[in-house]
Amino acid sequence: MIKGKFIDNLPKVYGIYTGGFLVFIILMAIAEQAGMSAKLIGIFFVTFTVGIYAIIGYLSRTLQLDAYYVAGRQVPTVFNGMATAADWMSGASFVAMAGGIYFKGYGYMALLVGWTGGYVLVASLLAPYLRKFGCYTVPDFIGTRYGGNLARVSAVLVLTVASFTYVTAQINATGTIASVALDIPFGIAVYVGLASILICSMLGGMRAVTWTQVAQYIVLIIAYLLPVFWISNKMGAGFFPHFMLADEVARIAELESQFGLGSVKNSAADLATVPKGLAGITKAHSEVNTTPWKFISLAVCMMAGTASLPHVMMRYFTTPSVKTARRSVGWSLFFIFLLYSSAPMLATLSKLSLMDPNLSTGIIGKSISDVQNIDWYQNWNQANLMFVSDFNGNGTLELNEFFMGGKAVVLATPEIAGLPYVISGLVAAGGMAAAMSTADGLVLAIANALSHDLYYKIIDPKAETAKRLIVARVLLVLIGFAGATIAALEIQGILGSVIWAFDFAMSGLFFPLVLGVWWKRANAPGAVAGMLVGLAVGTWYLIHVRTGGTPIWGVTQLTFGIHGALASLVAMVVVSLATKAPDAATQRMVDEVRVPSGKTVLGKQH
Amino acid sequence: MSKQAQHWEKTRNHLFVTLAIWFVFSIGIFFFGAEMEASNFRPFGYPLSYYMTCQGSLAIFVILIFWFANRQEKIDEEFGYTERGDD
Repeated sequence: MIKGKFIDNLPKVYGIYTGGFLVFIILMAIAEQAGMSAKLIGIFFVTFTVGIYAIIGYLSRTLQLDAYYVAGRQVPTVFNGMATAADWMSGASFVAMAGGIYFKGYGYMALLVGWTGGYVLVASLLAPYLRKFGCYTVPDFIGTRYGGNLARVSAVLVLTVASFTYVTAQINATGTIASVALDIPFGIAVYVGLASILICSMLGGMRAVTWTQVAQYIVLIIAYLLPVFWISNKMGAGFFPHFMLADEVARIAELESQFGLGSVKNSAADLATVPKGLAGITKAHSEVNTTPWKFISLAVCMMAGTASLPHVMMRYFTTPSVKTARRSVGWSLFFIFLLYSSAPMLATLSKLSLMDPNLSTGIIGKSISDVQNIDWYQNWNQANLMFVSDFNGNGTLELNEFFMGGKAVVLATPEIAGLPYVISGLVAAGGMAAAMSTADGLVLAIANALSHDLYYKIIDPKAETAKRLIVARVLLVLIGFAGATIAALEIQGILGSVIWAFDFAMSGLFFPLVLGVWWKRANAPGAVAGMLVGLAVGTWYLIHVRTGGTPIWGVTQLTFGIHGALASLVAMVVVSLATKAPDAATQRMVDEVRVPSGKTVLGKQH
Repeated sequence: MSKQAQHWEKTRNHLFVTLAIWFVFSIGIFFFGAEMEASNFRPFGYPLSYYMTCQGSLAIFVILIFWFANRQEKIDEEFGYTERGDD
């Protein structure tokens, strides 16, 4: 059936894969009608999809350096776009984003604007130039452009801090989903998740991660869009929800004032009875509810962070040329846009189906005991994601008496809207795909930086290929285990640590990367100062705000990258100008990077 | 001015235009959140502030990147810096 080279057959291979997945969904739907239990359907969905990723990971095993580090630099534009989208959209995007929009409204939307706007910076400032450079990792660029081990090590340090903060959150998310779908304790599920992540990346490095990420994107986008369209059509809200929910948004605003949103406040004693992690609706759905500076500072941090996070940047090292790298960024954002533009629609549909007394699913205004008898309420209450309590004792459920966990918007809405359980199983598989693909990218980014930049470039430059690849794989497993161990401790929420990762990356790497291409005068001492001062100031400010210090310029713990990056810029410019200009060879290298044609600066294998 | 310097100048100007458009839709308009909300211009019936954060700005970024890539390719072509052997 498949002849010739794998790369030439990609559309066919993934076409068959998508068709097969759709057939699997239909088979599961039939099985559900025939009486298969919900639990079993969930187990089938997760094991079937993870099994496929494992097979792809095994088939992509490799013993070559450029296949392991940069997938042989032959990933076509559109497929690299899909892989980047999966790499990018984490468990947080998939499971938590719609919930964030549901609870926080406009103020939260700064994240959507930031996480998409950042790609303009990636495309215009960095990706094509780093591709021309021909590096294997981000510190590889810093180390060669500026020269010297100190610059390289500083880049590895920032990369590790940012990516590690991020990856614990992703392993946590795979653990959460695996524990719900497979019905095993979280402490074990984390390691089950880790095992699946490592199977996908260990044997084939970037090549294996690339082809599993494409497969994971297909699963996660089907799992996200299918319920949104289905619910919208079922509610009669509109055939194409993205363009047709204006009436629903207006209706929510009407219901908010009817139910006294904002005018009825819960007492502290009442709120203390609400389980941890659940929240009520306290913010208007579509109103502008934050100051411009709060919105903009958060968006700026997410944009600069996007352009500095190494696991995204290294995806553009895998395209065949500079031109395809540039285009590939556009495709990445297009595939991300498909999910991001659907999240607000899901939040709207979810909220309306719970709030509107005219809909059969609406629960606000119904009697408390009726609500407590609904099947789905009992399920999600048991899962600790939903809670009602009759604070005012009038027997009716008021808007301020209903509490929900952020994850429930994605996980529970299909069930609330009365969709068959097969959709909930699909959503679990999608969430697993989203969290796994991001974790894979991050673990690989850290392990590659340590094995290539620290081990090969600094510790043992004479190491042979076989030895380099063994070191890379051992590091991959070690980092995975370290991440899982910290994830199992559950120190911090998923979304909080994701945002911190962006701030760390922005503090230490944004200006050293950008100025490396756009400012010839930037030199090694300047870059080192930029990275270390940025990271130090960012970290100091985070601790300062967390320990109750007065915020400076209204910068919160979520936007500490503003101070970090500013300090980094100042330090880098001042130190660069105070020290010697880079030598002629470095200047020529920068000129070379700015021209798309010709050989890469670093050799094919280095 | 050498060919390479001219190419870089054009590339840099193209970057500034791209970043200016980016700035307007990622930062500029959000200074005016309240004004956008009150605006009578309501795409697909949504309040403008809501629409821009859900779809508007996001879609503009997608288009902007493709436009940026196309124009940059033309600049590279003009100076004969197109890579050989790619599609």
